[in-house]
Amino acid sequence: MASYQNIFTQIQLRGPAEMGPALGGYDFPRLGKPGVSYWMGKIGNAQIGPIYLGGLGILSLMFGFLAFEVVGLNMWASVGWNPIQFVRQLPWLALEPPGPEYGFQLFVPLAHGGWWQIAGFSMTTSVLLWWLRTFRRARALGMGTHVSWAFASAIWLMLVLGFIRPMLMGSWAEAVPFGIFPHLDWTAAFSIRYGNLFYNPFHCLSIVFLYGSTLLFAMHGATILAVGRYGGERELEHITDRGTAAERAALFWRWTMGFNATYESIHRWAWWFAMLTTLTGGIGILLTGTVVDNWYLWAIQHGYAPSYPGTGVVDPASLPGASQ
Amino acid sequence: MSAVGKLFAGAAVAGAVLLGGCELGPKTTQQTGFRGTGMDQIVDPDHVVKLAAIPAPPYATPDDSGPRAGQTYQNVKVLGNVSTERFNHLMASINQWVAPPEQGCNYCHNPENMASDEKYTKIVARRMLQMTLNINGKWSSHVKNTGVTCYTCHRGNAVPTYKWAIAEGTPDPDTILRNKHGQNSPNASVGFASLPYDPFATYLAGKAQIRVAASSEYPSKDHVVSIKDAEKTYGLMMHMSSALGVNCTYCHNSQSFRSWTISRPQRVTAYYGIRMVRDVNADYITPLASVFPAYRKGPHGDPYKVNCQTCHQGQSKPLGGVSMLAANPALKPPPTRVVAAEGGAAGKAVPALMANPQAMTRRP
Repeated sequence: MASYQNIFTQIQLRGPAEMGPALGGYDFPRLGKPGVSYWMGKIGNAQIGPIYLGGLGILSLMFGFLAFEVVGLNMWASVGWNPIQFVRQLPWLALEPPGPEYGFQLFVPLAHGGWWQIAGFSMTTSVLLWWLRTFRRARALGMGTHVSWAFASAIWLMLVLGFIRPMLMGSWAEAVPFGIFPHLDWTAAFSIRYGNLFYNPFHCLSIVFLYGSTLLFAMHGATILAVGRYGGERELEHITDRGTAAERAALFWRWTMGFNATYESIHRWAWWFAMLTTLTGGIGILLTGTVVDNWYLWAIQHGYAPSYPGTGVVDPASLPGASQ
Repeated sequence: MSAVGKLFAGAAVAGAVLLGGCELGPKTTQQTGFRGTGMDQIVDPDHVVKLAAIPAPPYATPDDSGPRAGQTYQNVKVLGNVSTERFNHLMASINQWVAPPEQGCNYCHNPENMASDEKYTKIVARRMLQMTLNINGKWSSHVKNTGVTCYTCHRGNAVPTYKWAIAEGTPDPDTILRNKHGQNSPNASVGFASLPYDPFATYLAGKAQIRVAASSEYPSKDHVVSIKDAEKTYGLMMHMSSALGVNCTYCHNSQSFRSWTISRPQRVTAYYGIRMVRDVNADYITPLASVFPAYRKGPHGDPYKVNCQTCHQGQSKPLGGVSMLAANPALKPPPTRVVAAEGGAAGKAVPALMANPQAMTRRP
């Protein structure tokens, strides 16, 4: 096998550990003595650590741990603290949101959904603190804040599902349970309740961007690996000083489909596709039940759903004298 | 073992784990609706419920001549108008269908006085005969001309295999200890989903609204249905699917589970089936609560009731659609009792196009 037809990273650096720039006096110290891992070097940088956790990171981990524990202990309690049943039934176990009888009440009794509120609050706090951390670390390194805004898009979808939409609907019961199968069954029930989410145009957009993201990722990754033999993985250099790798990669796509992204713009494509997946998804969820109650009927009404020949079946409940 | 060997061994183990739940082998598929809509039934021949042999009648069915059972015997309250010969034939059949072999007639009767009502089983059997006549008469919208006999549910058992009572539930709903909120358990009654596992008390004993999707495109104050209700309905549908051994698209078009105009006529049959089961549970079984002994009742003291599985037992048509009524005419009520089926025309109003769905895939 030619050495440049690579799947795994071929080169690993060994030397004094890279410690990063000096920290300001107000910062927490970086944690951990840096080490080197041969196997991690196969898929990334062989140097592990040091990590900068900082005040935001520590707080975020604390709230994340709290959410994880509240969910896990509720699940364990639901099988009477039996460790074997906890493992066996884990995919089925859940922490359910409050029932519809509680509306959007601020404090629900713990066993009736109060624990779900605490877990949801802790998880949200943890995620928002971690978001702030990505923002602050990017600023500290003099970077742009693109990672933070892409992350914010995912947080938007999470908040719509668990907080904003339940608030607009006036019911915590609209929110997603914590649990492996339960949140999947919730998703199916959500679609059935609101007349088939596939007819929600924002759901369609979200799927386009999701699948588009994987396609773009595959195209970009494959292109760069394919021109690795010409130093094509040094992308930043090629942005300002186009070499033969960039020329060949561009020509390949222009020959194949008549258009090519550039070494710089392909990353904008990827960022927008990934960001728009959850942004449009969140809009679609937000409109469900608040603006549209039955997406199939909405799509029929707007000439959006295809019409197929009817089967001639009549709703028995609509016939005279029908029992309900 | 080399690193590559370990990798392949690991992949083989992971593959076996991932595919362990799959049903391998060829499937038969049948298109049941318009092309491109996913309307088809996929059947794995290896997992189809095997037809058990239906027991032959004890002897040839006698004709309806001669003295009436009500004249020959005392205390005949349901089948008094049937000929004594036919009545005896039915009793012999019930012996095969229901009574434990070691007890035979004595399971219900006092051999010293056959007319006596002292055994609870006889009271139950009488009510069940009335129920069977009611099903075969009033509920032809569901059982059509096939009808039911005791054997449809009992299959040789004193108590039908598939039945339900109100689920044990949570010891104390105000604590999280052993509280699953009636769901999130691997439960066969909802096809091992994490859905609420007692949809029966709500929908088959109670008459809660099964429909959850809205009838108008925009929200309305008249249609406030929680997703939690949708999960409950979903649980009932999982029960129906596994009880009948069919996919969702046996009745529904997944384009819109709610819409009737694109559903299959089987959904109408199922609609009446749900009402029939409610009728059976409310009018025939629940009133027997004081008759059944405690060991014949569920954890909440309610008698064991009927759901789709009780008759269907994994088949879309119980007993493969074989009718046992011809050999047991006493269980078919006289025609005067037949009530016109509600919406009976619905099943007939299927356009010719749908009678041969495969034809739709051929382009002109």
